Amino acid sequence: MIGRMFFAIRQGFRNVGRNHLFSLASIGTITACLFIFGIFYCIVANFNYMIDKAQTNVGITVFFDTSMTEEQILQMKDAIDLRPEVEHSEYTSADEAWEDFKEQYFPDGDEGILAGLDNDNPLYDCANLTVYLADTSRQSDLIAYIEGLDGVSEINSSGIIADSVTDFSRLISYVSMGIILILALVAIFLISNTVMIGITVRKDEIAIMKYIGATDVFVRGPFIIEGMTIGLIGSVIPVVILRLLYTRVVDFTLTHFTILRNVLTFMDVSDIFRILIPVSLAAGLGIGFLGSYLTLRKHVRV
Amino acid sequence: MIVLDNVCKTYSTGVSALNGISLRIRKGEFVFIVGSSGSGKTTLFKLLLKELEPSSGRIYINNKNIGRLRRRKIPKMRRGIGVVFQDFRLLKDRNIYENIAFAQRVVGKPAKVIKETVPQMLALVGLADKAEAFPKELSGGEQQRASLARALVNNPPILLADEPTGNLDPDNAWEIMKLLEDINKRGTTVVVVTHNQDIVERMQKRVIRLDKGQIVSDEKGGVANDR
Repeated sequence: MIGRMFFAIRQGFRNVGRNHLFSLASIGTITACLFIFGIFYCIVANFNYMIDKAQTNVGITVFFDTSMTEEQILQMKDAIDLRPEVEHSEYTSADEAWEDFKEQYFPDGDEGILAGLDNDNPLYDCANLTVYLADTSRQSDLIAYIEGLDGVSEINSSGIIADSVTDFSRLISYVSMGIILILALVAIFLISNTVMIGITVRKDEIAIMKYIGATDVFVRGPFIIEGMTIGLIGSVIPVVILRLLYTRVVDFTLTHFTILRNVLTFMDVSDIFRILIPVSLAAGLGIGFLGSYLTLRKHVRV
Repeated sequence: MIVLDNVCKTYSTGVSALNGISLRIRKGEFVFIVGSSGSGKTTLFKLLLKELEPSSGRIYINNKNIGRLRRRKIPKMRRGIGVVFQDFRLLKDRNIYENIAFAQRVVGKPAKVIKETVPQMLALVGLADKAEAFPKELSGGEQQRASLARALVNNPPILLADEPTGNLDPDNAWEIMKLLEDINKRGTTVVVVTHNQDIVERMQKRVIRLDKGQIVSDEKGGVANDR
C-alpha cells in the first residue's frame, strides 16, 4: 500500500515536470487567485478588526436630568447592564466629570482659576453613563430603549459611522468572493488541461496498465498527485509573498500616514496568517484535486 | 476455463462483428483463433478482456460470468489474464527490467517479490542479459519476449496473444511460438489470435476459425485457411 502510494507520488511529480509549460500556467493562475484572496482577506480582516476596536472604544454616552439622584442613575445602570447587546457601562459622576475636565485641559493644575469653581461645579449636570456595546449592530435598539427611560436628557452616539463602515467591508468581501470564484474556475480549467495533456502523453502507458489489471485508483493516483502538487505550489507562493509584503505595507502605512495612527490598528502578522495559511493551502489542494479528478472521471476509466 | 455461450456483438454503427459464437476452451489448452481481417477475431479478443460488452450471450472466464462483473472488479479479473500484442507495447521510457517490474507494481506486489520474480521471468524468456536495455535497443523478437515476460510475471492462468508474431521474421516468430508452447506446458492456458498459416500448420494445435463473425471450423491440427 505504501509502495503504491510512493509510486503514485513519484509519477505525479514526474508529470508536473514533464508538461512544465502547462503546469506553470496552472500554478500561475492559482497563485494569482490565492494572492488576490490573500490581499482581500488581509484588508477585510483588518477592517473588521479596526471597526471592532473602534466600536469598543466608542460607546454611547447617556446624560441625565438634574433631578436624578446618583442612586437612581446607578439603578438604571444595573438595568442597562442586563441588556444582551451591552458589554459594560461606566458611571461618571458630575464631580468626576469635573476632575476629568480639569485634568484634560489644565494638566499643570492651574489652581488659581479653577480652585474657586470646585465648590460650584460648572459641570453639575454632566453626570453620565458611558455604555460599551458587545454587538454594535444593535446599537439603535439600545438607544430606543434608553430613550424610553425616565430621567434621560440626552444620548450621544456614533451610529452612522458604524453602519457605513460595515456596509463597505461587506461590499469588499462580495467583490473579492466573485473575483476569487472566477479565478478558481479558470484554475480548475487550466489544471484540467494540464492533466489532459498528461493523459494524452501517457495514453499507451494507461492502456497497458488497464490490461495488466490496474485499478482506477492506481491509474488516476499520479494525475491526482500532479493536480494537487500544482495546487500546493500555487498556494505556497502567494502565502510567502503576502507574508513578506504584510509587515512592509503595515510599516509603510504607519510611517507615512501618521495622522491615521490612532485609527489604523493593524492585526498581528501571526493572527492573519494563522487563518490565511491553512485556508490557502486547502483551497490550492482542493482546486488541484477538483481539476484533475473531473478530467479523470471523464477520460480515464478502466 | 473460457466459455462463450451464443455471444453476439453488434457495434453501435450497425456493424455486426460476431453472430452467435459458442466455444469452450479448457484449462491448459493451446488454441489458435484464426480468420481473415474482419472475421471478428479482434472483437472476440476485446470481449475476453471486457474492453467491450457483448450485445447478447454470456462469457465465462475462470468460471465467472464476466458480463455480471461490477466495474470495480474488472481490474481483478484482468489480472487473471496475461496479454501480448502484435506491437509489443513496451514502455519506451524504461528499461526491460522496469517494464516487467511495472506489471507487478501495478498489482501492488511488494518490492521484495518484484526483485525475485523479474529476474526469473527474464531468464525464462531468455533475456537475462538484457535487463538494462531499453526497448528500442532490442530486436523485435527480443521485445516480444520482454512483453511475454511482462504478461506472465503475475502468473495468470490464461495468456491471450493478439498476433504475437505479426511483426516478426519467421525465425523469431518460431522462437516465440516455442516459448508459448513451453509456457503452455507449465500449465498456462494459451489463446493465440493469428493469421500466420505456417505457424498454425507447424504447431498442430486446436484451431478455431472465424469467418464473418461465426465459427466455421474448430478442429485439432486445423489450418489457417480454406484450401
